[in-house]
Amino acid sequence: MWSYALKRAGATLVTLWAASVIIFAFIHLIPGDPIYVLLGDTATPDQIDRLRHELGLDEPIVVQYLQWAGHALRGDLGQSIFFQAPVTRVIADGAETSILLATMTMVWVVLIGVPIGTIAAVRHGTWLDQGLSGVAMFFASVPTFWVGLYLILIFAATLGWLPSSGYPSIFEGGSGNLRYLLLPSLTLAAPNAALILRLTRASMLDVSREDYVRTARAKGIRPWQVVRRHILRNALLTVVSAFGFTFAALMSEAVVTETVFALPGIGRLVVQSILRRDYPVIQGIILVIVVLYLFINLIVDLAYRFLDPRVELQ
Amino acid sequence: MSRDGITMWLTPFLARPIALIGLCVLLAMVIAAAFAPWLAPYDPYAIHPVSRLMPPDAVHWFGTDQFGRDTLSRAIYSARMALLIGAGVVLFALITGIPIGVFSALFPRLGHVLMRMVDVLMAFPSLLLALGLIVILGPSVANSIIAIGAGYMTTTTRIIYGLALRLRAETYVEASRSMGSGTGWLVVKHILPNLISPLLVQASFVFAFAQLGAASLDFLGLGAPPDIPSWGNMLAESRTFITRAPWLLFFPGMMIVLTAFSLNLVGDALRDRLDPRFRDVFSGEG
Repeated sequence: MWSYALKRAGATLVTLWAASVIIFAFIHLIPGDPIYVLLGDTATPDQIDRLRHELGLDEPIVVQYLQWAGHALRGDLGQSIFFQAPVTRVIADGAETSILLATMTMVWVVLIGVPIGTIAAVRHGTWLDQGLSGVAMFFASVPTFWVGLYLILIFAATLGWLPSSGYPSIFEGGSGNLRYLLLPSLTLAAPNAALILRLTRASMLDVSREDYVRTARAKGIRPWQVVRRHILRNALLTVVSAFGFTFAALMSEAVVTETVFALPGIGRLVVQSILRRDYPVIQGIILVIVVLYLFINLIVDLAYRFLDPRVELQ
Repeated sequence: MSRDGITMWLTPFLARPIALIGLCVLLAMVIAAAFAPWLAPYDPYAIHPVSRLMPPDAVHWFGTDQFGRDTLSRAIYSARMALLIGAGVVLFALITGIPIGVFSALFPRLGHVLMRMVDVLMAFPSLLLALGLIVILGPSVANSIIAIGAGYMTTTTRIIYGLALRLRAETYVEASRSMGSGTGWLVVKHILPNLISPLLVQASFVFAFAQLGAASLDFLGLGAPPDIPSWGNMLAESRTFITRAPWLLFFPGMMIVLTAFSLNLVGDALRDRLDPRFRDVFSGEG
């Protein structure tokens, strides 16, 4: 187990290194000289040379990468052009919203996806199963922002029950401010809960064909006990392994959802930074998310092997 | 394709009426895209300030937008953009994925390195990868295809690699090789033909997700230019008027849902009819 964990962690580090090269190259692939973006058209050649030297852009590219990676390892992701502040602080400002949004979404995904998926699997082949699976496929085919706009139209604009945009910090306004995240988290949960529902159903059907399930039934264990203790428990292993993928989908969809609800999170920050040409912020966010994603995948993978000893340790 | 071949592909749809409906919806979309100038009742670009934000009625079935443009006509023309993006992304994923995946399976030493590089690209969530590429390339229709395609190129390559590895180990492939068949012959005769049906399944899922990805890019204002009719652009514009003109939100969104839903139905039906050896490749989502 430990040698596997070490190997897997090593592979993650290699991937991270390769990804960091791509993320570093990103800034250099953008057409136009970053110096002109920083200084504007009115800069004198003298100013340009000075800033180029200050930023280390006159060094060879390999040296630039090492400097950038060294700074990143120490938590310095450069300066935001728009905010005139460290990128790490700009990202940290958006982190509260995004982390809370992701957490609330995952709660919805688990609360909706797993139980309904279980019901669909238990009632396999009936009209209820077909109906639930159909609804799940519908939500997997709906653009996230469309769900969001409809929730705004119904619950904010028409009924006036919930706020339609923004999010004041819970550290200033108390936990009541979580209501600002209710509609966004439901929006973000819709496609992902649908995915987990389908996965729970499919995986439960797979497990229910196993010999030990037949044995359990033959022993006379109550049907719902078989479902709960033998089928669901084993089926959830597959569902757990899908959480890495769900996180990636969540990150992608959060960009759109935060924009729809004008939330001060990292996702909206990406879009705004693209429109503001604030490239260091875009680069920093991509790096942070890739690190998070690789880390979550590593944890999910190790947890999976740990929970299911049958899985072959390669 | 022989007659048997056609029957084989039609069976999953005849066995499952709902999948047949999906196929018909897709056919309708293709017809709408191909014959848009004849089917659309009005010019999708024509501005009529007098009849702006008109609710659906007998004259404008889907209502009009803030410039008085006919929503139905714009929705029909948008099918062109949807098919263009979907087909473009699928082609991009296949043109890059087939050579890389098959090559990697046949030449394991270099292939292993190539597949590790694909893994690195998979460390980027798809929309984030797309946004990064849009920043480098600039927003346009062609670049939307590349940006979204890059994300699906990785999953497609992985699937092709897995399938090709299995096919390579099949007894008849081994037999053919031991009788002196060259690599080129193996690929053309044994590997590529067996990839067709699983790739058709993958293509329908990628097509569906490309619709959603393109709609997201358009909605963020980083996709097709705003005056070009596309469902994503129409939804982006509807945002300001959702309480005054909810029909601007309903119709374009419904078109995206119909298209993506139908593609998922078709993909599911094809997958269930797939050779059982390949089915587990698609156990997750496209």
